[in-house]
Amino acid sequence: MNRMKVDEEEYWHSSKCKAFTFDDDDDELSQLKESKRAVNSLREIVDDDDDLEKFSWSGEPVGSISWSIKETAFSSSNTPEGRDSGLQKGSSSHPALPKQASSYSISSFFKGRNKLGSFQSLSDALSDTGVKSYAPELRRPKADYKDYSSDWSPKDTVRRMQRGKICSLERFRSLREKLELLDEAVSVHDGNVITAILIFLKRTLKREILFQELEVRQVALRHLIHFLKETGEQKLFLDLLRFLDRTEEVALSQYREHLSIQDAEKRREFLKGCIRLPFSSEDAVHVQDHYTLLERQIIIEANDRHLEAAGQSEIFRKYPRKASILNMPLVTTLFYSCFYHYTEGEGTFSSPTNLKKTFKIPDKQYVLTALAARAKLRAWHDVDALFTTKNWLGYTKKRAPIGFHRVVEILQRNSAPVQVLQEYVRLVEDVETRLNLAMKYKCHDVVVDTYRDLKDRHQLMAYRCKVERGSAEEDKIDSILSNLQIRWKN
Amino acid sequence: MASESFAESRDRGCHVIGRAWRGMAAHLSSGRVNLTALREAGRRELREFLDKCAGSKAIVWDEYLTGPFGLIAQYSLLKEHEVEKMFTLKAGRLPPADVKNIIFLVRPRLELMDIIAENVLSEDRVRSPLRDFHILFVPRRSLLCEQRLKDQGVLGSFIHREQYSLDLIPFDGDLLSMESESAFKECYLENDQTSLYQAAKGLMTLQALYGTIPQIFGKGDCARHVANMMIRMKREFPGGQNSIFPIFDTLLLLDRNVDLLSPLATQLTYEGLIDEIYGIQNTYVKLPPEKFAPKKQGEGGKDLPTEPKKLQLNSAEELYAEIRDKNFNAVGSVLSKKAKIISAAFEERHHAKTVGEIKQFVSQLPHMQAARSSLANHTSIAELIKDITTSEDFFDNLTVEQEFMSGIDTDKVNNYTEDCIAQKHPLIKILRLVCLQSVCNSGLKQKVLDHYKREILQTYGYEHILTLNNLEKAGLLKLQTSSRNNYPTIRKTMRLWMDDVNEQNPNDISYVYSGYAPLSVRLAQLLARPGWRSIEEVLKMLPGPHFEERQQLPTGLQKKRQQGENRVTLVFFLGGVTYAEIAALRFLSQMEDGGTEYVIATTKLINGTNWIKSLMEKLEPPPF
Repeated sequence: MNRMKVDEEEYWHSSKCKAFTFDDDDDELSQLKESKRAVNSLREIVDDDDDLEKFSWSGEPVGSISWSIKETAFSSSNTPEGRDSGLQKGSSSHPALPKQASSYSISSFFKGRNKLGSFQSLSDALSDTGVKSYAPELRRPKADYKDYSSDWSPKDTVRRMQRGKICSLERFRSLREKLELLDEAVSVHDGNVITAILIFLKRTLKREILFQELEVRQVALRHLIHFLKETGEQKLFLDLLRFLDRTEEVALSQYREHLSIQDAEKRREFLKGCIRLPFSSEDAVHVQDHYTLLERQIIIEANDRHLEAAGQSEIFRKYPRKASILNMPLVTTLFYSCFYHYTEGEGTFSSPTNLKKTFKIPDKQYVLTALAARAKLRAWHDVDALFTTKNWLGYTKKRAPIGFHRVVEILQRNSAPVQVLQEYVRLVEDVETRLNLAMKYKCHDVVVDTYRDLKDRHQLMAYRCKVERGSAEEDKIDSILSNLQIRWKN
Repeated sequence: MASESFAESRDRGCHVIGRAWRGMAAHLSSGRVNLTALREAGRRELREFLDKCAGSKAIVWDEYLTGPFGLIAQYSLLKEHEVEKMFTLKAGRLPPADVKNIIFLVRPRLELMDIIAENVLSEDRVRSPLRDFHILFVPRRSLLCEQRLKDQGVLGSFIHREQYSLDLIPFDGDLLSMESESAFKECYLENDQTSLYQAAKGLMTLQALYGTIPQIFGKGDCARHVANMMIRMKREFPGGQNSIFPIFDTLLLLDRNVDLLSPLATQLTYEGLIDEIYGIQNTYVKLPPEKFAPKKQGEGGKDLPTEPKKLQLNSAEELYAEIRDKNFNAVGSVLSKKAKIISAAFEERHHAKTVGEIKQFVSQLPHMQAARSSLANHTSIAELIKDITTSEDFFDNLTVEQEFMSGIDTDKVNNYTEDCIAQKHPLIKILRLVCLQSVCNSGLKQKVLDHYKREILQTYGYEHILTLNNLEKAGLLKLQTSSRNNYPTIRKTMRLWMDDVNEQNPNDISYVYSGYAPLSVRLAQLLARPGWRSIEEVLKMLPGPHFEERQQLPTGLQKKRQQGENRVTLVFFLGGVTYAEIAALRFLSQMEDGGTEYVIATTKLINGTNWIKSLMEKLEPPPF
């Protein structure tokens, strides 16, 4: 009972954040508990679940749009017809609509087309406003149509396009007219219209001229770049960037393409080609590393797959690989190599030391990764060796670039036995941290020794109550407490 | 229009029955500005389009739109207008449906056009009767998309191609959002102004409904653009000279890149934390089901539900309205007080002796049950959140954030960040921390920046070069160019860091981040009093121009303020706003001597995680 209480209090008090604690001075920790209790007791009084609004379990109010989609779609997909249409998908038994020849001009998509699939000319459309494709215009006053054939200024044209109306751009023939049209669109900030006019310009202007004119029209330029990116016109896109001398962007954009290459060998080839692209100096190093890493991974992968299949290597038999190492990050690769290839000499591509050297992996990073890998294998000797340094006299000393408290954490996460743990807890320099860790992980020896060194008799006596009765620890505490040579501070 | 009036009467019918869908809009009219009118306008436009396609219909939905649409209309409205089936847009062939019209309701996106084309092309011409196709673009028709449909050879198959300008969607009585997820990326990375155009359009609609806004203030390049567009649109459509008495006094347009800091910090309000941890989408949140298992007697052994519990969160729920904007540390006490009140109310039944008293008790029961279930839900949510906020890692992360924001050790490699990388915490968390440090230091020193970059690329993969580049382009991550770090000056002048923060009974907006006062909201606060002239120097340090415009009102419409009447300011966040910032503005609205009430509009409701995510390169290979 009492103990429960303590636990509860710990639960509600455990935040150590000063600026953000739940309790403050306020009227008691278990406010949430209180409301929970109230809620629970009320359950007995009222019928449950009769919420006013009807909710399906997923929480969608019945009748909401997403709920209805599920409902109505379900009822139809359940019919046998629905099922077999899935199977027939893509089969050629249904004649597809004839593909449009690409000879239609841009203006034709501003024109209407009747349902039977034949395109109408602009004049047809005018004489027959009853055709269905103009239905959207029906509620608009007739007057809107009256100026169909008249010459619109760029301004009028843009305004009509803004309202989603049919316009022919072909009339704008001279460069000056075309640019006026573009400038007008830019000045109304309507991206949709700007893009439509850019498509027209792209089709009717020479590339160099288009690029030159856009260079002094930044807004339009950005829209074209966005458009080319969206539509995947990579070549024109890169040409444009090159023309603008935005070489870094060219490089990155080309590099991005590697993501769509699935085959590792092809991806490697592609990355190799990327190395000479004009990246910024920092990025260039990373891209080079990316290539080298994949090259390495391909070699390791081929080798290890073979080893694993042959079934000769014990490590692969005991710990079969979960996934291929291809395209994994560098640190993951290092972990892999510390796991499967730890003892290999620096000469092999798969050895950890080789990786460390090739990619200039910092000591800290290396030790962390190696530690995690070796601890996972419970290879405590390797762990020990990782932190042992010899000085020139041959004395050994323990040293960790990451701090021994981190070492303890990692070992603990890999469920190292107390004997191993306490060896490293003992090496934690800060006394308080050491004591905390030792108590947390029940390294009694370390706790006892630390109190002895602190000459703290009270704490030692208190700790005696916490260890098991009749255990070796208790004996040890007793013998220390009875040691007359120690000058206790209390 | 018989069908429409029928719909109206059905609507009322639902309202009587309970909190049915019509009633769900009641919270929109609770604020200073009645946003129901905006919702009504949206519903009207939708009905008009549906009636244009005569006969029975099926709607094929762009899945992303169903959430926002749910805030405008429910299925019942569609059904009144002969929508019999609804599907989500998927590649392949359309499911069979015996309807006359197929309506595609989609965002103007090229990849969606390809799917639509596939649907149309694989339509079984032989077996199924001829169906009419229509396409409704939300919020804007796109010539680019129509071009794609044409390239695919299907453009001519559509009878109606129209747009449904769902620009600003009412989320709550004081909150509007365009829910345009890529707006920030488009504006600040790609310099595409389409979403700004949409914002300006949305503002024109608002002015058509609520009167011309006489004063416009702004800060930032995008703000300047939007103001320009509005002024131009007004000039070009003189028919729009409206005679509605203006409800808004002021419009404040703010660029998100004026304050990149606020979304990066962890929000500490109740609603903010729900969003940080579980993500709120279109007012809905999905929660782990364990804590919501129905605990009835005799059902102890039943299996736990495995599907997430979905809840709607808005001010229609009394309790939620009360706690959502509080610092999470103040939520517990409110919940416990509520619990006592409800318990007492239920106790009343023992005192009810006469038939009349019992009757009265019973009549209150539905309300009490609703309050009880609301309390149960929020107690569970608070417990879920508490499990996280009391974790060691949450604390460590928060400590580092607060150190950065208060200006401690922003110029060297941070140990905690390094540890997180070593332990391979989620990349987005790392990026949030590194960007926060960069913003709080006006950029990082070359050595520090290089170190972080190398660690990130080595641990998470080199392909993230692309993401890091995007963050640099957006200004979230940068090299300290000048030797001067401006952040401390900005912090001090604007009082962005408050050491003594009162979370229970706040007296300053800094409570929403337990110490940090969001810069964006400070700008709004200082604009109202004493005016931006007092911070000219700091305004110059922040990116983009600051400006003021006035829109002339006809003499009859000029406002004569009653004594003690508050001004109404619309704050429009271009590039997104967080729930914590919203909470801070609501706090200012409620201040007794504040003098200003705020309505908030934005391109998207964001948090640090989904914001950073929108800037990351999509690294998954294309599905094929």
